Amino acid sequence: MAYADASINRRGFGQTTRPDAWWVQPSLVFLGLSAFIVYSTWAAFQGAHYRWGPYLSPFYSPELFGDATHSWFGAKPGWWPAWLPFSPALLILWVPGGFRLTCYYYRGAYYKAFWADPPSCTVSEPRKAYRGEASFPLIMQNIHRYFLYVALLFLVFLGHDVWKAMWFSDTATGKATFGIHFGTVVLAVNVILLGGYTFGCHSLRHLVGGGIDRLSGAPLCQKTYRCVSCFNRRHMLWAWLSLFWVAFSDLYVRLCSMGGWHDVRIL
Amino acid sequence: MKTATFKIWRGDANGGKFVDYTTEVSEGMVVLDAVHRIQATQANDLACRWNCKAGKCGSCSAEVNGLPRLMCMTRLNDLPLDKPVTLEPMKAFPHVKDLVTDVSWNFRAKKKIKPFKPRPPDTPDGTWRMAQSDVDRVQEFRKCIECFLCQNVCHVLREHKLHDEFIGPRFFVQVAALEMHPLDIEDRTEELKQAHGIGYCNITKCCTKVCPEGITITDNAIIPLKERVVDNFYDPLGKLVKLFRPKAQK
Repeated sequence: MAYADASINRRGFGQTTRPDAWWVQPSLVFLGLSAFIVYSTWAAFQGAHYRWGPYLSPFYSPELFGDATHSWFGAKPGWWPAWLPFSPALLILWVPGGFRLTCYYYRGAYYKAFWADPPSCTVSEPRKAYRGEASFPLIMQNIHRYFLYVALLFLVFLGHDVWKAMWFSDTATGKATFGIHFGTVVLAVNVILLGGYTFGCHSLRHLVGGGIDRLSGAPLCQKTYRCVSCFNRRHMLWAWLSLFWVAFSDLYVRLCSMGGWHDVRIL
Repeated sequence: MKTATFKIWRGDANGGKFVDYTTEVSEGMVVLDAVHRIQATQANDLACRWNCKAGKCGSCSAEVNGLPRLMCMTRLNDLPLDKPVTLEPMKAFPHVKDLVTDVSWNFRAKKKIKPFKPRPPDTPDGTWRMAQSDVDRVQEFRKCIECFLCQNVCHVLREHKLHDEFIGPRFFVQVAALEMHPLDIEDRTEELKQAHGIGYCNITKCCTKVCPEGITITDNAIIPLKERVVDNFYDPLGKLVKLFRPKAQK
């Protein structure tokens, strides 16, 4: 008898002797991620109400094609397939989407919540076969650092959006005047939270110094490594806060644009 | 005196069942104390492995209420004693008797790891110099007491029985301790990818949750090792950059 076969046999799906409510956490993750996926997909396909005054929804930033007066490269590109509804968000959302999809924290969370692999620690799984991240398709998760590079660039764009969100057009003179509104704060908090999440990335932690064994010989790498490690310790918290806030930021801009919310001036 | 009921798995490799034992419990008792009391008063033949009673030998690993724990470090006042406390042997390893399992596979798996290979000595007297900050990082991994709770909770071993293809979290910690050591110059990434099967880990973090020494196994050992594997096998851009960069210290 093989060594592994001699241990106590596996049981049916969901069986465990744990008396606690082990299913609560994966259920909350399932609900939280599902709600975000549904909302962000809906918002991405709207293609409207993503801009109000100086605000641009983070789901649509950077706006590569779209509103001809604001976008980088003009209106809807000619090569866009006719069968697919056009939305500027569809051109860029693959970056933050891919970054989160391949994130080490989210991977562990959605393998449990969506695939029951395992449903929770010491809880039996629904299937016998297992390939993990050792073969296709999940071996593709190793692409995470490439999404990180682009996500870091997106932080610059979102930071620039916050700067632009501080300049409001005077309705009488048409001149742009400095001001801080509630929407400015919403977009600024979004960048801070996304920054906390991105700067705590496990791949970034490795790239800035984690891959070096004698960090004392590279003081700049050592300091950066310590800083990223500091964010990394609360990676899960940053992940959820930034996920919630980015959706809220889109909702805020959308409500302002649709007239459902009055943006309050603070300064 | 207060009493509590313990449902203890009794049996051997051929099968077994839960048997209820009700025993007196008092303030300050841990699960191992209760097991010893049951052993002394009700079930003299109850098999249970233990040694230090201080959370340092890693012998009394078992599953308390379905979660891998050291029996000597699990205080009864942390458990809901109004319901029976379930005690089972670890499930990732062959069952021997009652709460005892055969953990010998771990020692065979350990032998697969390439040993420490230091760089040539830094000084003519044959000694090396290391910065404390560099040693601090691997010091965390040295806390491991080899209780194998992390191996037991890992679903790759526990559920999928991939003992031949996957060395488990305990030994990723061991590899991390060697691989990140400031003196070590051995490269273990090929073995990590192939023989050690690091790709099977899907980052559930269960190993980190059960570690009695509080080692951040997933974030500080497994993920950094996964990233080193990415460096060598899945990052063509990184390889290209390295071609044009002065060789960094390993």
